[in-house]
Amino acid sequence: MPSVMIRKNENGELLFYVAKKDLEDVVVSVETDTPDAWGGTVEIGDGSTWYIDPISPPPTFPTTLRFKRA
Amino acid sequence: MPDLTREETQGLIEEVLEVYPEKAKKIREKHLTVNDHAIDQSKSCIKSNRKSVPGAMTIRGCAYAGSKGVVWGPIKDMIHISHGPVGCGQYSRAGRRNYYVGTTGVNTFGTMNFTSDFQEKDIVFGGDKKLAKLIDEIETLFPLNKGITVQSECPIGLIGDDIEAVSKAKGKEYEKTIVPVRCEGFRGVSQSLGHHIANDAVRDWALDKRDGDNSFETTPYDVAILGDYNIGGDAWASRILLEEMGLRVVAQWSGDGSISEMELTPKVKLNLLHCYRSMNYISRHMEEKYGIPWMEYNFFGPTKIEESLRKIAEFFDDTIKEGAERVIAKYKAEYQAVIDKYRPRLEGKKVMLYVGGLRPRHVIGAYEDLGMEVVGTGYEFAHNDDYDRTIKEMGDATLIYDDVTGYEFEEFVKKVKPDLIGSGIKEKYIFQKMGIPFRQMHSWDYSGPYHGYDGFAIFARDMDMTLNNPCWDKLTPPWKQAAGSEALAAE
Ligand code: SF4
Repeated sequence: MPSVMIRKNENGELLFYVAKKDLEDVVVSVETDTPDAWGGTVEIGDGSTWYIDPISPPPTFPTTLRFKRA
Repeated sequence: MPDLTREETQGLIEEVLEVYPEKAKKIREKHLTVNDHAIDQSKSCIKSNRKSVPGAMTIRGCAYAGSKGVVWGPIKDMIHISHGPVGCGQYSRAGRRNYYVGTTGVNTFGTMNFTSDFQEKDIVFGGDKKLAKLIDEIETLFPLNKGITVQSECPIGLIGDDIEAVSKAKGKEYEKTIVPVRCEGFRGVSQSLGHHIANDAVRDWALDKRDGDNSFETTPYDVAILGDYNIGGDAWASRILLEEMGLRVVAQWSGDGSISEMELTPKVKLNLLHCYRSMNYISRHMEEKYGIPWMEYNFFGPTKIEESLRKIAEFFDDTIKEGAERVIAKYKAEYQAVIDKYRPRLEGKKVMLYVGGLRPRHVIGAYEDLGMEVVGTGYEFAHNDDYDRTIKEMGDATLIYDDVTGYEFEEFVKKVKPDLIGSGIKEKYIFQKMGIPFRQMHSWDYSGPYHGYDGFAIFARDMDMTLNNPCWDKLTPPWKQAAGSEALAAE
């Protein structure tokens, strides 16, 4: 369950950053991304997928969340 | 020497790896690569931030060096105790040339060495009492210090001293910021982890001290310079450009910085990050906690400065945007004269670099402004994200080496035959004796600043002075010179 910092990059895309693993990549898809919830399975640029129980209301970025490997 | 093709460079890497035993070869080949613009994720071509191969001579430092030497050390009004045996602090004392203003020994302490000087009995019985006594002594002898950090050296972690407890108790007693830093040298693979630990210590012990306090008057143009260590005055040369364009620089981290600047940083509007490697952690933290955006910039060479000034101005209103244009216009004649003077003398020369956290990619632009070409570069302690950024900056089919060993570096140089090498003091004399012009790119070879427009003029002069120095023709003694030149000498 690594803690992941999610922030926006210059182009407004979400960046997924795991300090411990030295991993930083753009988020390509989020399963649930509605005005009242955010989360589920998240896929990032290198092809790996991560899971978090949908959070409602959606968090404001940047923020640190705990993800599971999906 | 003509440019190497992709195949030749790959061949060179293989040739160099030849001498290693099977196992070492397998490890090292992942750290050497030929730059390929087609790749945008460095992970697929180079491995970094791994343990060095035992027996191979690495050029890296330790976590204590990353914390005491790099991040905390330059905070001038705090006293940084090198907690442990005397050597770690003494041999690195004042070597980094981070300039500051102040009276050393009275209100600033940058070039002094404070150590608990561990002896056998401290290892056996623990050093906490000694640390407490040391802090008392500091308070008596240097009452104007604004805080203390305890920088752990290897033995502290090994014997399990509780420096946090001592720091807390003494901090309360003297009502000062006393920061225990767990940066024992054996942690991690290089100084890089020391940066991270130091950033975390800033976050946990210093940054939030003035959170509830709004007495500081802010302006909409407040910025902080992060990751500029004021080597030879670098941060000053950067700061004047920012101020001229209308921004207010509240804090410098950490060259010529102070603890109160650090505490005020959460109140700025934008964090400007020069050395990404050593301070991205705290920038990310401030973005999350205080909503302060951060951006990377590059103040080496006019092309990059111009780009960066415009990018910085983007965060602000029109007055700052105009300010940026004004600054660029103001210095144009000045830097154009520098280029006109030195470019003809340096055009087409090839450079190989091997430095630390940001320079292997940041200075490329400055060399290109002078018509020079960087044909090989590498980092002592970079991570993947640094190489992601490097691939774009470097030419296609150039050499990239991570945590290069002394042997590999020498072999590469023999084959690539650069006109100039930029690296550290440990490499300097080897290459000079090989007859290759060399500049120290950590300490600017006792020169500097190199940042900003003012710095560029000095940078260009230094490169010319080194490269075109007449001494390089004199390295072969007369009796070994070819017959032709001998005849010439006899005339
Ligand atoms: S590795 Fe340990 S003993 Fe060596 S300089 Fe670093 S802290 Fe000191």
